[in-house]
Amino acid sequence: MTTQTPVRPQTRAGREEPQRKKGVRLAGAFYLMVLPAFVLFFVFHTIPVIQGVYYSFTDSPGYGPADFVGLRNYIALFTDPRVLHAYWFTFLIAAVATILVNIVALAIAIGLNGRIKFKNGLRGIYFIPNVLAILVVGYIFNYLFSNSLPALAEKLGIDALSTSLLTKASTAWIAIVILAVWQSAAFNIIIYLAGLQTVPTEMYEAANLDGASAWRQFRSITFPMIAGFFTINMVLSLKGFLQIFDHIVALTGGGPGTDTESVALLIYKGGFQGGEYGYQSANSVIFFIVIVGFSIVQLRVLRRREVEV
Amino acid sequence: MSTSASETGTLVGRTSEPTPRRKGRSGPGVNWWLTALLSVLALTIAIPLYFAVVTALKTTDQLGGTGFGLPTDIRWENFADAWRLTDFPTTALNSAIITVGAVVLTLLTNSMVAYAIARNMNRRLFKGLYFYFVSALFVPFPIIMLPVAKETAILNLDNRVGLILLYVVYGLAFNIFIFTAYINSIPQALEEAAAIDGASTWAIFWRVIFPLLAPMNATVGILTCLWAWNDFLLPLVILSDPGSATLPLVQYVFQSQFQTNYPAAFASYLMAMAPLLIVYVFAQRWVISGVTRGAVK
Repeated sequence: MTTQTPVRPQTRAGREEPQRKKGVRLAGAFYLMVLPAFVLFFVFHTIPVIQGVYYSFTDSPGYGPADFVGLRNYIALFTDPRVLHAYWFTFLIAAVATILVNIVALAIAIGLNGRIKFKNGLRGIYFIPNVLAILVVGYIFNYLFSNSLPALAEKLGIDALSTSLLTKASTAWIAIVILAVWQSAAFNIIIYLAGLQTVPTEMYEAANLDGASAWRQFRSITFPMIAGFFTINMVLSLKGFLQIFDHIVALTGGGPGTDTESVALLIYKGGFQGGEYGYQSANSVIFFIVIVGFSIVQLRVLRRREVEV
Repeated sequence: MSTSASETGTLVGRTSEPTPRRKGRSGPGVNWWLTALLSVLALTIAIPLYFAVVTALKTTDQLGGTGFGLPTDIRWENFADAWRLTDFPTTALNSAIITVGAVVLTLLTNSMVAYAIARNMNRRLFKGLYFYFVSALFVPFPIIMLPVAKETAILNLDNRVGLILLYVVYGLAFNIFIFTAYINSIPQALEEAAAIDGASTWAIFWRVIFPLLAPMNATVGILTCLWAWNDFLLPLVILSDPGSATLPLVQYVFQSQFQTNYPAAFASYLMAMAPLLIVYVFAQRWVISGVTRGAVK
């Protein structure tokens, strides 16, 4: 390269010219490539967002004329026990399920990454829940919780479990979390497994020679090395569980009464069936702010931890 | 760090004897205890599926108790009942049309948009578009669900076509994110060579870039397929004609009628899960590696 100094300006110029020409000509095609996507995205995503915000300031029941009510919906939301309960219930499920899913998935992934027989077969089985519809699996679990489990408990003489978990909100949330963990551990296991495979085996060999215990190895090698995967899984799990919908429809339908409603289910029910279109639009806006807030805080905290370790 | 590394290095070099002994302690290669433990835990996946199968084969009077026993008298008609009740051929066809349509259109369009954006990131407009699309990752669906349902109804898109369109559009955020990351790793020299040969941008994309995107296309295709096939909320709020219901939606619609006939309900659940499960059994490795690639990018 450096020996060809006299030739260089020539090739440079020769290369630059078609490039500039290409730049001008290509741009047109590039604009055409993104234009339809932009239009469709604007129409089916951005406009609904704007519309949702607009309706949140009205008393629209979802049809017919509506009056502008200012911030009245927002003020009412904060004193509506049904809404506050839905948020509390959603946070409870999301927090417990996120933590449990990640503990379970990480443990199983570490196991699957060990020196085991039938590695691919077992991995394949653990991934099955991810290809099944939550709603359909939920209906199967519904039957298990409301019929099989009480019958089993009665046989074993466990009184606490002899009535269906799903009849009371104080126990139904446990059933919902079990279904959520069963279904989403599959995805998280695969991600953790991918992360574990990036850890060089020499590190464990070295730690073994130093006499480090298994727990010590996990804390000092495995976990720091897969911190990035932990962050991804925590953020995705929490974001997914905050929007929980299918699980609850299949298990309790929000009942008894409105005791097990999540925010997403409340927006659906109130907005489509309850004539609270404007009111639930305001709820959506608040929900959006909550989810974005959670994601940002979580990313910040987990990223900082990643740097520390 | 460096001292411990050199220490272990010398250790390994010096004492070749302890290493095999340590390995020998935890089994010669295979850890059977761990294998057994993981196999038992895998039963938690199998139990609900086993339960669905045995229940689907029973008569209603064999229900009761824990329900885990094998059927004493197999009733295959449950599947026929479920087939008729949910109009399985139509419903499955709806699911198939929507899933295939969403996957094909997503692959063809989203990759192209990502290409245009990835190769023009230095232009402010395209960079802005990138952030515009990707920022939608932060907007959960429940937030736009009410207006979208209204909008699709007005535009006469409260049907299968509308649903396909929405999967393609809502997939953009994530797909552009992973497609652009992948495209950035493809050297531009190939395209420059093709451009010098007189190929148009379109030709370059379809002939040179699109084939190179095969691994990412597999990933996006698998994720879109799993999403569109198993999704419940979007069909629930968009579809207005019962004749275009998808498999998960129809399970919901028929709950009240299933209430008295659990075996038929479970037969219906099995039939709804079967198509993707069968595909998965045969394409297992491919599916898992595809999903992994999507998440790691």
